[in-house]
Amino acid sequence: MRRALTPALQGLVLAGAVLVIVLLPRFTSEFRLGQFTYVGIYFVALLGLNILTGYNGQITLGHAAFMAIGGYTAALLILGRSGFELLGQQASHVLPQHGMRAIFTIPIAGLVTGVIGCLFGIPALRLAGVSLALATLAVSVSLPAVAKRFEHLTGGGGGLSLPLPHAPFGWHVSSPHWLYYEAWVCAGILFVVAWLLVRGRVGRAWRAIRDGEVAAVSSGVSPAVYKTLAFGISAAYAGVAGALFAIQVSYINPDTFPVTLSLLLLASVVIGGLSSLSGVIVGALVLEFLPIYAQAPPILHLQFAKEAGPVVFGITLILIVLLIPGGAASLVGRITRPVTNRAKSGSAPPSHDDFAR
Amino acid sequence: MALPLAFVWTEFAQQVTSGLAAGAIYASLALALVLIYQTTNVVNFAQGEMATFTTYVAWSMMHHGLGYWPAFVLTLLIAFGAGVTVERVLIRPVEHRPEIVIVILTIGMFIAINGLVGWIFGPEVKAFDSPFPNRSVVVGGVSISVQDIGTFGVCLGTVVALWLFFRLTTLGLAMRAVAFNPGASRLMGVRVGWMLALGWGFAAVLGAIAGMMAAPTVFLDPDMMLVVLIYAFAAAVLGGIDSPVGAVVGGLLIGVVINLLGAYVNFVGQELRLPTALAVLLVVLVIRPSGLFGRVVVRKV
Repeated sequence: MRRALTPALQGLVLAGAVLVIVLLPRFTSEFRLGQFTYVGIYFVALLGLNILTGYNGQITLGHAAFMAIGGYTAALLILGRSGFELLGQQASHVLPQHGMRAIFTIPIAGLVTGVIGCLFGIPALRLAGVSLALATLAVSVSLPAVAKRFEHLTGGGGGLSLPLPHAPFGWHVSSPHWLYYEAWVCAGILFVVAWLLVRGRVGRAWRAIRDGEVAAVSSGVSPAVYKTLAFGISAAYAGVAGALFAIQVSYINPDTFPVTLSLLLLASVVIGGLSSLSGVIVGALVLEFLPIYAQAPPILHLQFAKEAGPVVFGITLILIVLLIPGGAASLVGRITRPVTNRAKSGSAPPSHDDFAR
Repeated sequence: MALPLAFVWTEFAQQVTSGLAAGAIYASLALALVLIYQTTNVVNFAQGEMATFTTYVAWSMMHHGLGYWPAFVLTLLIAFGAGVTVERVLIRPVEHRPEIVIVILTIGMFIAINGLVGWIFGPEVKAFDSPFPNRSVVVGGVSISVQDIGTFGVCLGTVVALWLFFRLTTLGLAMRAVAFNPGASRLMGVRVGWMLALGWGFAAVLGAIAGMMAAPTVFLDPDMMLVVLIYAFAAAVLGGIDSPVGAVVGGLLIGVVINLLGAYVNFVGQELRLPTALAVLLVVLVIRPSGLFGRVVVRKV
């Protein structure tokens, strides 16, 4: 892996980012804070997607479907059977009698989605490249129909309203602040987990499979095990993100996680930079703020239709693919490379992460 | 999974014919996907959105007072130009990059065109005129709507015309040669780049026809072709992604089977048609990835 920055500088940037995230609630309105909570949620989802697509080279267009599974798991556990009956609906017997505290449902949602992701990963083993993209797109397109069909479990098209979120254990924090910290603590933990996975043995196996499956097998790496693992972990991340999302909006219905979200998630990973964990934060910021600023560009004082968001998003993606294949993360490398090259003399070693370039 | 108590033969035949009409639309779009896959080795995820866009263009021309068939022909010309332009401007620069890059590029086109349609024409659902009268003819006790016959005729007519073009003209021969072996074709003096662009143009025309035929029943909205695209993918995969015959047969099969399942299996009903198509897609991909008519690719190690 080519390092754009020295480890010390990387640590400094990371510390700076953590400081900004921790201090942000002191300086912004609660409305802005809500937007940054979404950035945290997208950050989690994109981390998982980057593990699967960036590091393991499996392209998926169904990430929103996994988010939906996580969101529904959390919603059902929060409501429980009693909460379900309060909504005036027939509760399924699969559910526990009483609802759970929202925060405990997050890891469970991650586990459930992770297991489902592993199960989906097994047929996906036979699919490579485009076929996998097709199959996952189809999953994402059909999920709303399935959710509407099994009304007794999902509340159908009307969706499920959750109790308004508030800080647990009697902590005196306003609910937007609580949701912000909740999302970013999850994001922080999962970032560290992703970093440990990617830099170690597992990450090496993933990249080896991505860059040449035959060579990987010859070196004793089992593609079946590691590809399924990548699918499972990526789905678990999506599940956590989906649970956070459902808790944040305290509502979920079959259209909360539409196909377009699946597409935009993939687009954001590419814009941030495939197989770059630091690019993920750029992707998350882009996913939250690009549609908003495309609709009402700052300084220009213009107001466009809601659809301006996707238009600018799509064009940005096309331009990135054509002009900056490494995404935003590679820009840092481009800017700093001459300096570090001069310091260390000699050109950068060939990168393993050039597969998308 | 209860079957209805009484099985009525005429009703069954009716379901089959309307399934064939829907299937013809899927077949057109599936053929568009196969055409592009054969020439450029790309699955174009934006195919459905390109079709949606051209259908809106047709609507807009009719809205401004043009008759149906003049608007139809003009739309096909515009679609052809747009398809060629997309290949020249966007696909050409990434031609030799990995598959994943090109897929992502077509996804970018998908997002942008989908937004653009909503931006220009508004998100509300619009009615789209049908060129065919809204009545039925009765053949042997089975009533078939003229709309279905017309849809089937236009789609299949286009497919046959395209087949004749590929078989009988020099240009068609050149395009087949490029799909078969681009390197050798270039040495024989075929302008490979332009043949690829033509492939994209024809695919866009097929998509435009599918869109205009689908619009009277599914109505115009920015997401109208999304479901059709999934069916077309399923059809193309079922028939074999590199086989034009397979795409047409697959499209018709998917149309009929999905329609019958929706009508006769209560569990499937209206809502679960799409997931059923997805299940078909997955089963075919896992059991027989090359499809019914596709070439079996042997990976050399």
